[in-house]
Amino acid sequence: MKVVVHLLRRHWLWPAAIVAALLLPFAFFDWAHGHHSGFVLVLLSQIGLMTIFALSYNMLMGQSGLLSFGHASLFGLGSYCAAHAMNAVKAGTFWLPTELIPLVGGLGGLGFGILLGYLATKQRATAFAMITMGMGELIAACALMFKGFFGGEDGITTDRVLGTSILGVSYSAPWQVYCLVVAWTAIATLLMRLQTQTPLGRMANATRDNFERAQFVGYDPRMVRFRQFAASGFFAGIAGGLYALVYQIVTFDTMSADTSAAALLAAYIGGSGSFYGPILGTILVVLLQSGVSLLSNAWMLYVGALFVIMVMFAPGGLAGLISRHEPIRRIGRLRALLIPYLRLLFPGFITVAGTVILVELTSFATIGSAEGQHLQIGARSIDPANGMPWLTGAVVLVVGGVWLRREARNFGVRWNMLIEDAKTKWTRP
Amino acid sequence: MANRIRLFIARMISLAVALLCAAATIGTDTALAEDTVKVAYTSPLSGPFAQLGDTQLKEFQYIVDYLNAHGGVLGRKFELVPFDNKSQVADALITLQRATDQNIPFILQCSGSNIAAALIDGINKHNEYNPESRILYLDCGAVATELTNEKCSFWHFRFDMNSLMKSEVLVRGLPKDLTKVYLLNQDFIAGQSMQHDFKAFLAKLRPDIQVVGEELIPFGKVKDFSPYITKVKASGAQALVTGNFGPDLNLLIKAGLDAGIDLKYYTFSAQFAGGPTAIGPRGDGKVVSVMPFNENVAPKIGNADADAFTKGFRDKFHLDFSDAVTFRTSLEYIQAAAKKVGSLDPTKIAFAMEDMQLKDFLGYDTVMRKADHQVLMPYYTSTLTKGAQYDAENTGLGWVPTATVMAKDVDQPTTCNMKRPAM
Amino acid sequence: MEVFVVTLLNGLVYGMLLFMLASGLTLIFSMMGVLNFAHASFYMLGAYFAYSVSTHIGFWPALVVAPVLCGLIGAAIEMYGLRRAHRNGHVAELLLTFGIALIIGTAVEMGWGMMPAPYRVPSLLDFPLFAIYGTQFPAYRAFMLLISGAMFGAIWAGLKYTRLGLIIQAALSHPDMASALGHNVPRVFTFVFAAGTALAGLAGVIGGNYQVTEPDMAVAMGPVVFVVVVVGGLGSLTGCFIASLLVGMVQTFSVVLDYSLADLLRLGGVQVTDTMPFNELLTMSLPRIGPLLPYALMLLFIAFKPRGLMGTRDT
Repeated sequence: MKVVVHLLRRHWLWPAAIVAALLLPFAFFDWAHGHHSGFVLVLLSQIGLMTIFALSYNMLMGQSGLLSFGHASLFGLGSYCAAHAMNAVKAGTFWLPTELIPLVGGLGGLGFGILLGYLATKQRATAFAMITMGMGELIAACALMFKGFFGGEDGITTDRVLGTSILGVSYSAPWQVYCLVVAWTAIATLLMRLQTQTPLGRMANATRDNFERAQFVGYDPRMVRFRQFAASGFFAGIAGGLYALVYQIVTFDTMSADTSAAALLAAYIGGSGSFYGPILGTILVVLLQSGVSLLSNAWMLYVGALFVIMVMFAPGGLAGLISRHEPIRRIGRLRALLIPYLRLLFPGFITVAGTVILVELTSFATIGSAEGQHLQIGARSIDPANGMPWLTGAVVLVVGGVWLRREARNFGVRWNMLIEDAKTKWTRP
Repeated sequence: MANRIRLFIARMISLAVALLCAAATIGTDTALAEDTVKVAYTSPLSGPFAQLGDTQLKEFQYIVDYLNAHGGVLGRKFELVPFDNKSQVADALITLQRATDQNIPFILQCSGSNIAAALIDGINKHNEYNPESRILYLDCGAVATELTNEKCSFWHFRFDMNSLMKSEVLVRGLPKDLTKVYLLNQDFIAGQSMQHDFKAFLAKLRPDIQVVGEELIPFGKVKDFSPYITKVKASGAQALVTGNFGPDLNLLIKAGLDAGIDLKYYTFSAQFAGGPTAIGPRGDGKVVSVMPFNENVAPKIGNADADAFTKGFRDKFHLDFSDAVTFRTSLEYIQAAAKKVGSLDPTKIAFAMEDMQLKDFLGYDTVMRKADHQVLMPYYTSTLTKGAQYDAENTGLGWVPTATVMAKDVDQPTTCNMKRPAM
Repeated sequence: MEVFVVTLLNGLVYGMLLFMLASGLTLIFSMMGVLNFAHASFYMLGAYFAYSVSTHIGFWPALVVAPVLCGLIGAAIEMYGLRRAHRNGHVAELLLTFGIALIIGTAVEMGWGMMPAPYRVPSLLDFPLFAIYGTQFPAYRAFMLLISGAMFGAIWAGLKYTRLGLIIQAALSHPDMASALGHNVPRVFTFVFAAGTALAGLAGVIGGNYQVTEPDMAVAMGPVVFVVVVVGGLGSLTGCFIASLLVGMVQTFSVVLDYSLADLLRLGGVQVTDTMPFNELLTMSLPRIGPLLPYALMLLFIAFKPRGLMGTRDT
């Protein structure tokens, strides 16, 4: 009992996050018709499975310093395995509870991880990136050529209503599947968190930081890379299995370079140096992909710009930004940053607004003018052919930029002062 | 440190909730405009096929405005609700979710048979479990034959001919003096089956033509087609028959024209976004495409109303109006069926559309076949030549119809075993 | 014979186009260690710039203006972006170029639209130079060969005979030593990056009307260029040249040689049937997998000969 209380006090965020995840869909519940919003459920399921995928990607990038451009191959292959297993269960070839389908995906990912990892982990650093890119291209191309396993461009269609649930759930409704996704996301995240504490996880860090020394201590860095790659394949496969359950179809898109890139973006923007970083990144990237893409034609530009800004100014990602506040928090001066942050907020908003106005004007002038949509701010419709909005955008951008620069300088001064303060005041307990 | 991050995650979650709320309000924003008949339109508005999706959206918007100005449907107006599916299956299924969330009764999708197959599967499941928010799939351009055969569905209506029918039209349109052809297709299911269809129809309809070579090329991977042209040249073929589309078609024809060899190109897709531009003035009289419509048809048959309708689009957007018939017919069937049953209930409309006959805006007969929900419509073989009334993509070359195949002539049998819901 | 000669010419033209793209990347990659993911994007930018310039002024000015514009953008990216990202290691630099590739891709769609641009061969060069067995060889391709050959000569001579070239060469093989000797390595880096992107831009000017100028062209060309660089080996321009021709030839000849593994087995007296395991793989003919061969080649090289053909360091 005491252990449970202790665990809950230490790790209260876990159950809290799960409960929040389960309650979130009710915020969008359609009370008039008495059903969930299917779109929100699919979007949240997508966030859940992409979380697993991004975390598994970070087992390579963050933990082992391996930059992969073909991680989607493992995700996709796991997904295909799961889809085939579902079809076999449906046909009665063998019995397997629906709840364990993602595990089939995981085992598929593990198997292919071992197979591909054997070749890929011969190299590290840039060469590793190139091998994975080549493999990704080859496998994605195979998907179109070999009809037997991949089903060509139609992919493999499957039905998640298998009637083999051990909980007696039919899984016909998105809500039921969403619960399964939440459960598996929690399990996989927990397992990956524990994996970082294992000798293998620690050695992966060691080979990342100084692989010659790790070799010197007596570990074979290649074996460490290999095992880490296979383990990450397992989790990518689980994510793939969930994909098959959520969408009930698996196509070659799952193995495309775009899918790999999504994991890379999520892990890096969230912060590859921290375990939880990729979760933040996934939420942001999926929302950008599905949310902003509905509102703007130029959504890729925003993702790219956000990514470039992160690479240049916040290499630790969102999680890195947060952890930079740690020394100031320790001396209890976090509150002193509130005003400087508020002062940054307004010019920052203006700068972003200026950029968005200009980008959207361009986008509407070239791509979007046709779509029956008109560029609207409030009730006023804006004509990109007119010179005025362009001028406004440019002025707003310049004013915002100059102001932001000034405020940023002030903020920098304040920040350095606090950090210095922290250095002198802080003594180890 | 770890605590800080956890706290931040907690905040992020609440932020995510806020963001989602914002997204939801934007989503319902469009739903507020009541009293319109909403038609979801899912297409690639970003990604590699965006140019196609973008042009088609403009065409649909123009047609919807036109139909609304001429009475709409049951006295109400059509409202087009576009969704971006990034030409990815998963995103297309998400857009289907969004459409059914808003109780939109019709969804249009005109590109990509793989997306069509996924949508049909998704709609079958959705309509089975959610009889109160059923949705009809109006297919205006996904042409895989299987969609109205093995995979046929009661909820799917195709307003373009399937690729087997198009292959027959193409083979019928081959000139009489042709004796040697070369078949080239993309190496995926649609391409493989077209390769097979071409051979079958050539054997059946034109036994005098010899197939001197056949080739499957990796889909979207070839950057230089010169070696293929060398091979075609060496085979002595007079014509190249291909079902390729997109860059695989444009680059192929460009390489052939560059090599200056005496060859004609028979295609399905050369008229689509970017095709004529890539072919250029050197393609005069060399490229033949099989299509449901082009703007030179109306002046040729002397239909002034139809001509005015299509010219309006060209004047407004400075783009070709390649899909006028398929797109307009699909919405006109909805109009007619709604009028017939006096309701907008998708199931009733679906039953009403079976075996319905309608004249397209050019005045030709079309019929929605009951057995497989495949429309039968006239089809045109056209050559890209100088001196056409309407040119394609401002190249100075335009599509001139050379042969027409009427709806009744392409009535191919179907293997569809349709499952109908109880009325 | 006929097919062989024509295919050889085709392979040569395609290989030289690849070389124009890959030479810049090789310089950047060998010297700075940056795997420039945006390289093919500069190829695309070059083509679009050339299209715009050629509609207003003409093709010949475009031949100079477009690469210079690309070079200037490249220099700006190096000075304000890469140099900053460099502090966070090579991975950060690589990711920066990845982000830039995304931005350029969308920017091109927004600036020029999603339709292919009607960028055409200048009328001065739009005639068949000679016919070989009835297949015409357009003068423009000869021009492409000329430009790329001249480029190879110029880079080679520049590296060998100019002071800057010698410093670059030194920095290619021993970057630390070069900077220890007091050379302004950052400035050399900026120059190399700008020169590399300008070369990609030049390739775009020439390749844009040979192929089709469209927003997807960067994605289509990108991976193949990496293959050339890896196969050629780090730090070797000659290796890059040979690898370009090799990949070009592999791609063109694989189309013409219509054989499969099943044919090979038949020589050994084994008949492949539909019921055999992997029959899909065995009956897959060479033309069908041709465009994938470069990737297979690259995998083999990285796994078993990471130095590439003539490289001086491991990839």
